[in-house]
Order: sequence, then structure tokens, then C-alpha cells
Amino acid sequence: MINLAGRDILHSWGKFVLTGMGLGLLIGVTLTMAGVYRGMVDDAKVLLTNSGADLWVVQKDTQGPYAESSSIKDDVYRQILGLAGVARAANVTYLTMQVRHGDKDERTMVVGFEPDQPGEPGYLVAGRRLVRGHYEAIADVKTGFRLGERIRIRRHDYEVVGLTSRMVSSGGDPMVFIPLKDAQEAQFLKDNDAIIGDRARTAANPSLNRPGVPGLLDAINASQSSNRNVNAVLVRVEAGTAPDAVAKEIRRWKHLEAYTGTQMEDILIAKLIATAAKQIGMFLAILVIVSAAIVAFIIYTMTLGKIREIAVLKLIGTHNRTISAMILQQAVGLGLIGFAVGKIAATLWAPAFPKFVLLEPADAISGFVIVMVVCALASTLAIHAALKVDPAEAIGG
Amino acid sequence: MMEPAMEPAMDKGIHIEGLSKRYGAGDTAVDALKEVNMSVAPGEVIGLVGPSGSGKTTLLKCLGAVIEPTRGRMTLGGEVIYEQGWKIPDLRALRRDRIGFVFQAPYLIPFLDVTDNVALLPMLAGRSNSESRARALELLQTLDVAHRARAQISELSGGEQQRVSIARALANRPPVILADEPTAPLDSERALTVMRILNQMARQYQTAIIVVTHDEKIIPTFKRIYHIRDGRTVEEAGEGREIS
Ligand SMILES: Nc1ncnc2c1ncn2[C@@H]1O[C@H](COP(=O)(O)OP(=O)(O)O)[C@@H](O)[C@H]1O
Ligand SMILES: [Mg+2]
Repeated sequence: MINLAGRDILHSWGKFVLTGMGLGLLIGVTLTMAGVYRGMVDDAKVLLTNSGADLWVVQKDTQGPYAESSSIKDDVYRQILGLAGVARAANVTYLTMQVRHGDKDERTMVVGFEPDQPGEPGYLVAGRRLVRGHYEAIADVKTGFRLGERIRIRRHDYEVVGLTSRMVSSGGDPMVFIPLKDAQEAQFLKDNDAIIGDRARTAANPSLNRPGVPGLLDAINASQSSNRNVNAVLVRVEAGTAPDAVAKEIRRWKHLEAYTGTQMEDILIAKLIATAAKQIGMFLAILVIVSAAIVAFIIYTMTLGKIREIAVLKLIGTHNRTISAMILQQAVGLGLIGFAVGKIAATLWAPAFPKFVLLEPADAISGFVIVMVVCALASTLAIHAALKVDPAEAIGG
Repeated sequence: MMEPAMEPAMDKGIHIEGLSKRYGAGDTAVDALKEVNMSVAPGEVIGLVGPSGSGKTTLLKCLGAVIEPTRGRMTLGGEVIYEQGWKIPDLRALRRDRIGFVFQAPYLIPFLDVTDNVALLPMLAGRSNSESRARALELLQTLDVAHRARAQISELSGGEQQRVSIARALANRPPVILADEPTAPLDSERALTVMRILNQMARQYQTAIIVVTHDEKIIPTFKRIYHIRDGRTVEEAGEGREIS
């Protein structure tokens, strides 16, 4: 027996391939949407892995430092260091801001860290680590900065001495690492006019500017213009110590919140990107429905165009199952072309996306299964129409 | 191909007795066939002639087992296929193995080439692809279209397409061929050619052929003609003119 579906496809392959490509682009978009979500999850995981911490200590009652803002004093880490089981504890600041690059603004996450402590970027793809205390920066390659270039952050220029890759915030913004002190200043820095205004106000306040107390005004001004806050303390526990236990201690005694890696992952993935995930889920659902509708429509139209042939086939004794199989195979064939085109398209255009798009083989496999099921379901409409055809129609009137 | 149960040779071919067909019921019922009698011997080509709406297509559809008669008896190749209900469980197989159809338009399958359009029938009957194609080629040769064996249907002329459709009708060596206005779209020369072929095939394969027509060009070629009017048939002798 010859394969009727195959012959029909070969006979009108141009139409078939074009429709398959159209469907394929739609499938490509669907796979990419899934990849966008996977990329967000992966960004979050990379962010946690790269910070090199076992525990994130943040302001009480917040889910900082990534999902909510958190502010704690920069001497808190010393108390934490004193706890049993804590190997290292270091201050970090995170500030999402636009930095100038040439005549463009780049959206970045500026990280303040202390050298040799948790929070320091691990692997550099180029350059060196920070050695001077000030005005040096390590930038992620995605910022577009190159070694030796200068980054303007607020009022200071930083020289790029090292480059990282895949260091992005949970929002996908590439990171720029600068020394903690600089970052603290940048984060809370007031502009000159505000400082002058503040000083004038302090000087005009008789209780702060007492004639009999020399040096008081200077001390107050100094304390007002310096910043003693950080966003989080990253903690590394000693080998053999459970991060959970240390976290419990920190929560109980220090009036701070402490999260383990698993909890942080939960916050980032389940909470921070949950809305985005739902958004993408909606898109996926709509794309699947649209693809199904398109396949159903195409296969239905193709079948209606063959009603006379189907009537003849039935008249000369073709089984209903042979005719159903023909239509089903065409739908599946369309799905196969579509999936191949979609997979190739997604792979080709994924790197061009501004945020990381992670095409997981497992997603491709489920996508393939869904495409096949959708095509099979979509063909039922056409099969129904074909089975209703009366062989008497071939004889005519 | 199923061989029908052997019966005396005179009973082979087509026999219709008291065949009636009523469409619908009640006030709107149409009696399209009224007690029709007809016999066609193996190897014989008869004409079924009548005005539009007289019941020609209805008779072909009953014989072709795509609509069910209301009353009467039909015998094909020596076997009763209808008598107060179908006597054959698988009408699909009956159509496939024992009835060849030729239509006004050739109705070939456009996505199969010439050979496979013909070979499809033996294949549907369960024969191997190579055997089916060999048989198709043989028929195409007989019908003078073997040189188009690998052509696409769209590349054929109208006359060539009609020959291929006759080859298809013959592919399972059916005892019966039903042809509905097979020459309507053809000019006089081609129409006569088709009739010559049908007569030749009838003799060669001992097929009983009914040709529904109102084509004046071919009516003189029949030896016997059934006239049908308002669902009743009248038999008369035809000229039986030889086709050169
Ligand atoms: N499916 C049907 N339902 C009801 N009446 C029909 C149907 N098919 C044909 N008829 C009627 O039966 C009569 C015979 O029709 P038909 O066999 O098609 O005639 P012919 O082929 O000779 O033109 C006509 O009156 C026609 O209107
Ligand atoms: Mg008719």
C-alpha cells in the first residue's frame, strides 16, 4: 500500500513547507518564551551561586536584598562573626542604576563588596581583581565595558580592571562590582547642593551649633554626610555546620532576618519572578491555542479541498481508518516541519535577546510532545469532516 | 479480488428485478425508481438513456451500493447482493472488488501518478505494490496510455485522463462497470474512442458495462438501450454501430 499522506505532501510540498514554516515560527516563539522563563530562573540561580554565600542576613521583616530593599548597619557583620559556626561574614550593597557608557545609559546592578570576602566575583574572564581600595571596578561583559574603560557612577569615575561573565541581577541586569566604601557612598550620596543646604540648616540650629562646644558642628556634619548602611551581610558557615542552624541563631538573637540558599532561591524564583512566570505562562497557553487553531484550520482547509478525492477514495473501497490516518499523518507531518523550523529559529535568535534565554533540551522534548498532541487533536476536526463525506457524492447527481 | 460463488454462466452479469427506490417519506416522498427490470450479460455494453431527473443516477447508486434500494432484487456476477436488504456484509469491499466506476469527470487522485491511480485499487484489495503496479501497467498498455505511466494527473489531456479512469475501473477485474456520462466532456471523436475502449474491455475481460448517457454521439453504438422515464425502464434494440 502506498502512503497517501506522504504522496499528498510531496505533491503539494511547496504549500506544505510554507505552512510548516509559518507554524514553525510560532513554535519558535513558544520555545523562546519557555527559554526566557528558564533564563530568568537560571539568572537567579547564578546570582545566588556567584555570591558565594551560605546565608544572606538582611533587615528584619524583609525579603532582601534582591526581592525587597533591606538596610542594616555596616557593623552588624562583626556580631555575626562572633556566632558559633560562622566562618566569614561580609557586607554587601546592591544598587540598580544607570551607568553612562559613551553616550548610552546602561542599566546595571552596582555591587559593593569587600575583597577576599563572600560577594566578591569569583571567576574573571579577563583582567584582575580589585587591589586598590577605591575607584576600580569589575564589570560584566554584558555591560559592554572593556578593560581600561572608565565607568561613571554618580560623581566618580571607576576604571574597569576585570571582566566577568554571566553575572547578572535577578532582573537580568549585568553587574558592576566596586569597593564597598565607594558603593556605600554612591548609594547614599547626596548632591553638593543638598549637602550645602544640610550644613546651613545644621549651623542654624542652636542646639546643634553651640558656641561653647567647639568641634560639635563638624562632627555632626561628618556623621550626616557619611553612610553607615549596607544592604546585606553574606555569611559563609564553617565546614560541617548546617546553615539552617546558624540562620536560626541569627534570627533569634540579632533582630535580623537570615535566609539560606534554598530559601533565597524560593524567594527569587517563587516570589520575585512569579508574576513574570505567570505572564509567560499566559503567553505559552495562548501560543499553544493559536498554534492548535492554525493547525486545525490548515488541515481542515486542506481536507475540504480534497472532499471529492475522499469521496472517490471511499467509493472505490478505501477504509475510513486509511483516510483518517492520511489526515492525521499530514497534521503530524506539519507539526514535524513546524517543530524543526521552530527549534532552529529559536536556537538562532536566542543569543540576540538582551536577557539570557536558556533553551533546555527537556523543554524542547515536552514542546515536541505538545506539538504532536496538538496536531493530532487539531486533525480531529478535519477527520470528522472527511468521515462524513458520502461516497455517493463521487457519483454525483 | 473475491471470486463470487459459482453459478450458471447465464446468471452472471447484472440482473435487476422489481427494483424501487423512494427518497424521503410522506408527502415529500419521491419515487425515483419504480419496479425497474434490467439485465446485462458479461461482455455486454448497454446504454441507459433518459431525461434529467428520470432516475439514471439513482439506479447507478443502488447498483454501486452507495444508497439502499427500497424494494427489489439485484444480482451481480451471479450473486444476490440485494433482496430486502443487503446480502453482502462489506459493501466497501463489494465496491472495491466487483464494481468499477467511471464518472463524467475522471476524478483521479491528483497526488498520485498515473500508475498509482490505477494500482491503488489492487493495493486496497491487499495485493502487493509490485503486483498492483504490474497489473496497472498492463491495463495502461491495453488502453494506450502506458507512455504516460509516470506522469502526474495534471499533465494529462482530458481524453488521457478518461482512459486512466477506465483503467482504474478495470483494475480489480470487476464483473461490472458503471459509467455515468463518461463521454460528456469529450468531443465526438474522443467520445467514440472511449466507447470503443469500453466495448473492447467488455469483450476482453467479460465485464458487464452500464453506460448512463444522453450523448447523441454515442447512442448509436449500443446494441441494447434501456430508456428510463419517471423511474420506469423500457428496453429497446439499439443500432449497435461498429466504431471505427
Ligand atoms: N438524495 C435525494 N433525495 C431526494 N430526492 C432525490 C435525491 N436524489 C435524486 N432525487 C430525485 O430522484 C429523481 C431521480 O433523480 P436522479 O436519479 O438524479 O435522475 P437523473 O440522474 O436521471 O437525472 C429526481 O426527481 C430527483 O429529484
Ligand atoms: Mg444524473
